[in-house]
Amino acid sequence: MPLDDRYQLAFTLYPYTRSTDQGASVPVRHPVVVMGGGPVGIATALDLGLQGIPVVLLDDHEGVGQGSRAICFAKRTLEIAHRYGCGQPMLDKGVVWNLGKVFHDDRQVFEFNLLPEQGHRYPAFINLQQPYFERFLVDRVREAQAQGAPIDLRGKNRVDTVEVKDDHVILDITTPDGPYRIAADWLIGCDGASSPLRKMMGLDFEGRVFEDNFLIADITMKADFPTERWFWFEPHFKSGDSALLHKQPDGVWRIDFQLGWDIDRTEELKEENVRRRLDAMLGPDVDYELVWTSIYRFQCRRMKTFRKGRVIFAGDAAHQVSPFGARGANSGIQDVDNLGWKLGLVLNGTAPEALLDSYDLERRHGADENILNSSRSTDFITPKSRISHVFRNAVLDLAEHHAFARPLVNSGRLSVPCVYDGLPLNTPDALPYGPSRTRPGAPCPDAPLGQGFLLDHLGGDFVLLGVGVDVPDTLSAHGLVLRGLSVPAAGDIRGRYLGDAPGAVYLIRPDQHVAARWPTFDEAAVRAALATAIAKD
Amino acid sequence: MALNTAPNIPDPDGFYAELLDAHDGLSDDDSIAFNARLILILANHIGDRAVLTEALAAVSKGDTR
Repeated sequence: MPLDDRYQLAFTLYPYTRSTDQGASVPVRHPVVVMGGGPVGIATALDLGLQGIPVVLLDDHEGVGQGSRAICFAKRTLEIAHRYGCGQPMLDKGVVWNLGKVFHDDRQVFEFNLLPEQGHRYPAFINLQQPYFERFLVDRVREAQAQGAPIDLRGKNRVDTVEVKDDHVILDITTPDGPYRIAADWLIGCDGASSPLRKMMGLDFEGRVFEDNFLIADITMKADFPTERWFWFEPHFKSGDSALLHKQPDGVWRIDFQLGWDIDRTEELKEENVRRRLDAMLGPDVDYELVWTSIYRFQCRRMKTFRKGRVIFAGDAAHQVSPFGARGANSGIQDVDNLGWKLGLVLNGTAPEALLDSYDLERRHGADENILNSSRSTDFITPKSRISHVFRNAVLDLAEHHAFARPLVNSGRLSVPCVYDGLPLNTPDALPYGPSRTRPGAPCPDAPLGQGFLLDHLGGDFVLLGVGVDVPDTLSAHGLVLRGLSVPAAGDIRGRYLGDAPGAVYLIRPDQHVAARWPTFDEAAVRAALATAIAKD
Repeated sequence: MALNTAPNIPDPDGFYAELLDAHDGLSDDDSIAFNARLILILANHIGDRAVLTEALAAVSKGDTR
């Protein structure tokens, strides 16, 4: 098979250069190889590279494809990007929105304000075209490389076959200079929803297919729509069974139309037909230009397990959701956040390989929650039976006059990170009257601290956080050095981490999730909880 | 007691999914009958005649179609 591009690039980010591996007489063996240079693959390379772990990333293109695709990046994703050192450029470029309006036919049913909680560095959401998101990640990779991070991005390197052994994987790769072979101790599959790696290994990917097609049109226009999310059920302008209008940077608007199941894809993508739908929606006086159009279908499904020996899957390769609720790219970045530190500790011999099974458990838990939420949104937006359509419209009718019906209106739920409730890395909660949002397994909520924010001080390694309790500056245990951080019981930190408790001690994982918490500092309890958190007991 | 039209159902998405699951596989006629039984059992649970009258009026007003 020739090495042709399957799509046009928005940005060339990792042009092909010949690697010394290509002339080697014996295949060179690398600790980690990442397959796929999308947001999840690049973030994986960045996470590992910043830990000083050599990582090779292979992609069959030389950069990021055209099209806005994932446009909603949630707070948790931005916090993770901040830990990697590239959250700020995303926030600077992104569009922040808080107000959403829901319409049915020609009537506004209600409007909602996300009313973001104060005291966080990042907003609930930004809208940002996926190519920008990927470019900021790669910019950060280049900066990290300049500072010595051992990251090797190889464009136009297509993996054709893999041979999975007990303790390594052999990869055969095609390049413009011909084929070569490398070996990897660990292979991370970040090669997207149609993952070639998954197919090469003959692994399952099962779930529910939704019988609907959505037309995306990105347009630029002069019209003065506000920076709000507008969603129509059964819009009066008849451009689709539902419609969505959302603002992106560079004066670009994302418009989605629900087309139904039985459509002629080629016909619908013709410019005159796309324009007919847009004209009906925007009215005759609005001038606009088409930037990008696409038709998508979606499925909600996941692999049975995300780890197969030395091969680990992350992002869309491992799980796919409907786009409602922005849980695709966002959950993929959470996979990386979860995997990075675990793989790091296993590679340097601090933690047993069993720690990686917790990646599988925790992220399957996350995927199931995302699939549940996005399936429910989809069922509301595209009712599958007459009775579900009747109920849906009854909810919309009632929501206009009665507040109780508004929480039932589901045009996509805010993407929030899951809590790893009841999973094996947690130590049972020893602060039972503490706030539920910071229970073991939960991601740490941000809060102002000094001139910056609490999350600036967490993550990357294990931290022992004392809130109104003094903890030691360092504590060595199980081959790790715990970093102590004592902060006063005041302000938002008090509300978010103490509730009514006078003080608390938190053990926080490198991915900023709570591993354990107590009312006081007890060294033996901390040591035991740390062992549990790295699967060492 | 007046009719409560403020949000009052914990886990609204879960409730809505359970409601639709209950109808899964029913014919239209069976779904209508199911809804009638559901309304009657909920009305009995409410029990307050004034509230039931108010609910009937609220739904009539809410039907703007």
